[in-house]
Amino acid sequence: MTVTSPPQEPTAPPPVRRPGDRIFSLSAKGAGILILVILAGVTLFLLAESFPALTAPAEEIPGEGGLASYVWPLIFGTLLSAAIALLVATPLAVGIALFITHYAPRRLAQVLGYVVDLLAAIPSIVYGFWGIAWLAPRLVPFYRWLEENLGFIPLFAGPVSPTGRTMLTIGLVLAVMILPIVSAISREVFSQVPTLHTEAALALGATRWEMIKMAVIPYGKSGIIGGAMLGLGRALGETMAVAIILSGSAAGITFALISSANPQTIAANIALQFPESTGIDVNTLIASGLVLFVITLLVNMLARWIVNRRADFSGAN
Amino acid sequence: MKLSTKTRATTLSVALASTLALTACGASNETDNASSSGEDGGLSGTLVGAGASSQQAAMQGWSAGYNSVQPDVTVNYDPVGSGGGREQFLAGGTDFAGSDAALDEEELAEAEERCGASGIFELPNYIAPIAVVYNLEGVEDLNLSPETVAGIFNQQITTWNDPAIAADNPDATLPDQAITPVNRSDESGTTENFTEYLAAAAGEAWPHEPSGDWPVSGGEAAQGTSGVVSAVEAGAGSIGYADLSQAGDLGVANIGVGEEFVEPTAESAAAVVENSETLEGRGEYDFAIELARDTTESGNYPIVLISYHVGCIEYEDQETADLVKDFMTYVVSEDGQQAAAEAAGSAPISDALREQAQSAIDAITAA
Repeated sequence: MTVTSPPQEPTAPPPVRRPGDRIFSLSAKGAGILILVILAGVTLFLLAESFPALTAPAEEIPGEGGLASYVWPLIFGTLLSAAIALLVATPLAVGIALFITHYAPRRLAQVLGYVVDLLAAIPSIVYGFWGIAWLAPRLVPFYRWLEENLGFIPLFAGPVSPTGRTMLTIGLVLAVMILPIVSAISREVFSQVPTLHTEAALALGATRWEMIKMAVIPYGKSGIIGGAMLGLGRALGETMAVAIILSGSAAGITFALISSANPQTIAANIALQFPESTGIDVNTLIASGLVLFVITLLVNMLARWIVNRRADFSGAN
Repeated sequence: MKLSTKTRATTLSVALASTLALTACGASNETDNASSSGEDGGLSGTLVGAGASSQQAAMQGWSAGYNSVQPDVTVNYDPVGSGGGREQFLAGGTDFAGSDAALDEEELAEAEERCGASGIFELPNYIAPIAVVYNLEGVEDLNLSPETVAGIFNQQITTWNDPAIAADNPDATLPDQAITPVNRSDESGTTENFTEYLAAAAGEAWPHEPSGDWPVSGGEAAQGTSGVVSAVEAGAGSIGYADLSQAGDLGVANIGVGEEFVEPTAESAAAVVENSETLEGRGEYDFAIELARDTTESGNYPIVLISYHVGCIEYEDQETADLVKDFMTYVVSEDGQQAAAEAAGSAPISDALREQAQSAIDAITAA
C-alpha cells in the first residue's frame, strides 16, 4: 500500500456548520434527552406518590395485611396471565411468521401479513368486549370437559366458572392481542435470513423443514425472543381487556385456571379501584404501579440481555 | 367541531354578560333573583359539581330537566367517585359534591374551612334500591331472609336446594344446582351499601366488615353494575346484587324484613330512608342519616343506596349561592325526582324528606 498524501487540500478547515445542521443536531439531542427526562419524571412520580404507602403501617393498607401481601397476589396474577399468553402466542406467532415467509405463496403471504398486522390495530377495549361477549361463553363447555377429564390436575380444578371469565380465558385473549407483535418481529427476522444460508442448507439435501430448523430458526432466535419479550410487555400492562373480562378477586395465589376465583392483575386492579379510592388507598395503588413498572423494566432488560447474548453466535451479523 | 366551538363561545359570552348584569344589580335585589328563577329562568352561569358515579345517570336527568327551567345555566357534573368528589369540594374546586357516604369527622372539620361557620348541607337526594338478582330457571319468585342472603354471598350456602333457602321458600321447587355468587370487582358504593346491610341485618351469618371492596374471595367478580348483571345473565344459577333499575329480565329476590318478605320498589326504598334517623351532632342542615338497615317495619326495603348532595350553606359569591339554591330546589322538587327516576330508575324522595331538604336549601346564602 502506498500512502498518498492529500494533494493540495489544506489540512481540514473547520467544517462548515449551516444553521440547518445546528438546528437538527440540537433538536435530535433534545428529543434524546427528553426521553430520559420523561422516564426519570415518571420514576420520580411513582416513587414520591407511593412513598406514603411504602412507609404506612400494615393495617392502613387495604386488606390490612401490609403492602407486600396486598401486591403479591396481584404480581402473581399479572405474571400468570402474561405467561399463559406468551406460552400460547409464541409458538403460534412463529408458525405464522414461518408460513408467511417460507411456505405461503407470495400473494397470500402479503394478505396474511396485512391481516395479522391489523390485529394489532384493534383497541384493547374491543378485545375486552369480544372476550366477554363471544369467547368466554363459548369456552365454558370446553372448561367443563377439562374439569371432568383433567380435573385431577390442579390447573383444571373446579368448580368451573359458569360465565367463563377465567384466568385461562384472559390468557387466551392476551395471546391474541400480542400475536401481531411477536409474529411481526419474527417475520421481519425470518425474511432477513441470508439466502446463502438457506440455499446452502437446501444444497446439502435438507428438506424445507430441515432448512428452517438449520438455518432460519437459529438465525432468527434472537428476533423471536425479542418479539416475545415485547409481547410480554404488552401482556403485563394490558388493562382494559383484563378489567372487563377477568373475574378477579382477592383470591390469593391459585393456579386454578378455570374457576371463578382468580387473582387480579396489577393494571386491571388499578383501573378498577382507582375511581373510588382516596388517601392511602391511592398511594397503595400507585405503589403497585411502581411494582409493575419495575417488572416491565426487568423484562425489557432481560430481553435485551438475551438478544445481545444470542447475537454473538446466532450468525446475525 | 366548528359548531361546538361556536356554541361554547356563545354560552361563554352569555355567561360573561350575565355576570356583569348580576354585579350591576348588586346585592340589594338578591331575593328577586331567587324568586323569579322559578318560572321562566333568569339565572345564568355554570354550576360545577363532582362526585359519586352512582348518581351520574340521575344527574344527567336533573341537568337535562333543569335546562328546560333555566336554559342559561349549565350544570357540569364530573363522576370522579365519592371520595374524589368530597375532596374536590372541600378543596374549593367545585360548588357541590355528590357522595355515597356522609362526610366523616375529619372532613367536617375541613368543611368548616371551606364553607365557614354556617357549615354545610348534606341532602339524601338520590335513593336507589339495590336488588338481589338471580338467574335460576323455573323459580319465578324467590324469598330470602337476611341470614340466607349472607350465607349465599359468604359462600356457606352453595346449592339452590339448601334447607335455608327452602325454609324461606316453602312453595318453590328448588333445583339441586350450584350457586355462583357474583360480586363487583371494582370498589363501589353499591358494594359498600350491600355489605353494610349484611353486616347490620344478618348478624352472625355475615362476619365481614362493611367495605366498598368485596370482602369474600372466590366468587365470580365483574366490573360495574352492567358487568354484574351480564355475569348473572350468562351464568345459570348465579346470584348478584345490582341497581334495581338495571335488573332487566333477571329475577329479583324479595328480602326478609321482620316477619315478611319485601319486594324492592321505589316506595319501599323511600320508606326506609324516611324512617331512618338523622345523625346527631352535626350541622343544623346536615341531614346525613343512619340508614335503618335492620329495620323490621313492614313495607321497608332495607338494601338501598343513598347518595348525598353536599354543599355550603354560605357561599362566597351571590351567583353561586343562587345557582346552588335554584338547582337544589329543582332536584328535590317532584319534577326533579321524577326526572331522576326516569333517567336512572331511582326512587323519588318522600314529601317529608323534600320538606326537610327544602329547609336547608332555603337557608343557602352568600357571604
